[in-house]
Amino acid sequence: MPEEEAVIYRGRIRMPYTWAVGETGSFFLTQLRDHARIWGTRCPQCRRTMVPPRRNCPRCLAKTHWLQLEPRGSLVTYTVVHYRHRIHPPQEPLIYGVIKLEGADTGLTHLLGEVDPADLRPGLLLEAVFKEPEQRRGHILDILYFRPREVTGS
Amino acid sequence: MAQRVAIIGFGQTRHRSRRDDVNGVELIQEAVRAALEDADLTLDQIDAMIIGNMDHFEGVNYVDTWSVDGTGAYMKPLLKLTTGGTTGTTLGIAGYHFVASGLFDTVLVVGWEKNSESDTTGAIITCSDPIFDRFSFSGALPGLAVEASAYMKAYGITQEDAARVTVRDRRHGANNPYAHLRTPVTVEEVMNSPMLSWPVKLLDICPRTDGAAAVIFAGERKARRLAPQPAWVIATSVRHDYAYFHDIDYTRMHTIEGAAKELYQYVGIKEPLKELDVIELYQPYSFAGLKWIEALGLCPPGESPRLLWDGVTDMGGELPINPSGGVICTNCIGATGLLRIGEAALQVMGRAEGRQVPNVNLALATGFGGAFWSDMMLLGRRPW
Ligand SMILES: [Zn+2]
Repeated sequence: MPEEEAVIYRGRIRMPYTWAVGETGSFFLTQLRDHARIWGTRCPQCRRTMVPPRRNCPRCLAKTHWLQLEPRGSLVTYTVVHYRHRIHPPQEPLIYGVIKLEGADTGLTHLLGEVDPADLRPGLLLEAVFKEPEQRRGHILDILYFRPREVTGS
Repeated sequence: MAQRVAIIGFGQTRHRSRRDDVNGVELIQEAVRAALEDADLTLDQIDAMIIGNMDHFEGVNYVDTWSVDGTGAYMKPLLKLTTGGTTGTTLGIAGYHFVASGLFDTVLVVGWEKNSESDTTGAIITCSDPIFDRFSFSGALPGLAVEASAYMKAYGITQEDAARVTVRDRRHGANNPYAHLRTPVTVEEVMNSPMLSWPVKLLDICPRTDGAAAVIFAGERKARRLAPQPAWVIATSVRHDYAYFHDIDYTRMHTIEGAAKELYQYVGIKEPLKELDVIELYQPYSFAGLKWIEALGLCPPGESPRLLWDGVTDMGGELPINPSGGVICTNCIGATGLLRIGEAALQVMGRAEGRQVPNVNLALATGFGGAFWSDMMLLGRRPW
């Protein structure tokens, strides 16, 4: 009886995908790309303003309407990422945050930049930094990151 | 069973080859909104939800969590089910179980697919055994083609006989404003369409569709209060055989035979051709419209072509099959089985409009998937 050999197969699943963003998301992304504008949608029934936008309110199902938001808000919560993975954006230090834009009821997940992690705290006032127009391609990362903003006029 | 169960609402999208105007979540929500409107319910009247689609088709693995904005399942019990082609009928049967158990009174189930977002065959290949089956019987077509081949040889069936099935369903599909393919075709056009895998040609087989469907199940008291004519779930049955394509008897459809036998015995049906009023058959290609109705007991093996050519299964015939146009006209795979259930429910409720069969008392919906697996749901005008 010869020694048994365990046969192991190696496989690799490579599947092409496309994802339709839809009319609502497409407006949001092209406005980001072409005008560096951030739009939210507002539910006429529960009056929640959502970013990224929803065509219909997920809670009431009502058709939402567009609302342009200022590219600024405040920090809800965050984490400083210390390990590295190839899917991570190349940023040092790498900080993920949930940002609530002024007038929005939902947070937006994004990156934080131009900030010392030691200075981060919930409620920190932030503003969006956009990529240069020629670098924007209709992607949520057309916003480079959010950075602390000076409060003026007070 | 703690309580009787009925379908009280059904909604579906306008099915298309691609829906670039909406993302998957929005597509799902279209069907949910339509079903709620149909049943005149609001989201807060739904106790639990079940959703399903095909693994690997849209590249989103936690579809239940990802789709909450579409299903409206926020802060509700929600479950994902996927069983391949039978996903849609599995969803319906699970919705029935949820309500029949008495644990939930109103359950909304959603099936959906955006076939346009991936390579359908590439995605289906991942269901085959990677060691022994994947190199050959990959995708939807080869298993069906050898089935047709074995069946033709055993009973002297012709390609023209099968073409007549496509002709029927495409003619019926023209009556259904939601169908993906709505133009009738002739036997000649089917025969002249490109050969894909002998004997299956392009017009013998279902399309790839973007679409969603939602069905609302309710317990007896609620169903009587909310729906003028509910579609009562009389019975369901499920049969699975092997997962391997090399261990199937291709000359017979054993899973349909077993599932149908159980259903007929339960209800006391002796002559299904006479006693059933309409069938929504999960028929992914034309040859199934022959062999599988023999397995359903509508006629002896090999004699189905006569039923087709005599118009027995056409609208106006003794037992119309696929008034909606069926899978040959619309195939958003995770929704396809649920469309059969929803369309059968519309027939029982008398609300199928331009595709209504008169005086439907009993409507049978079937599901197909995996390696020739079969699901069934029998709906009726009166509770069993
Ligand atoms: Zn709302």
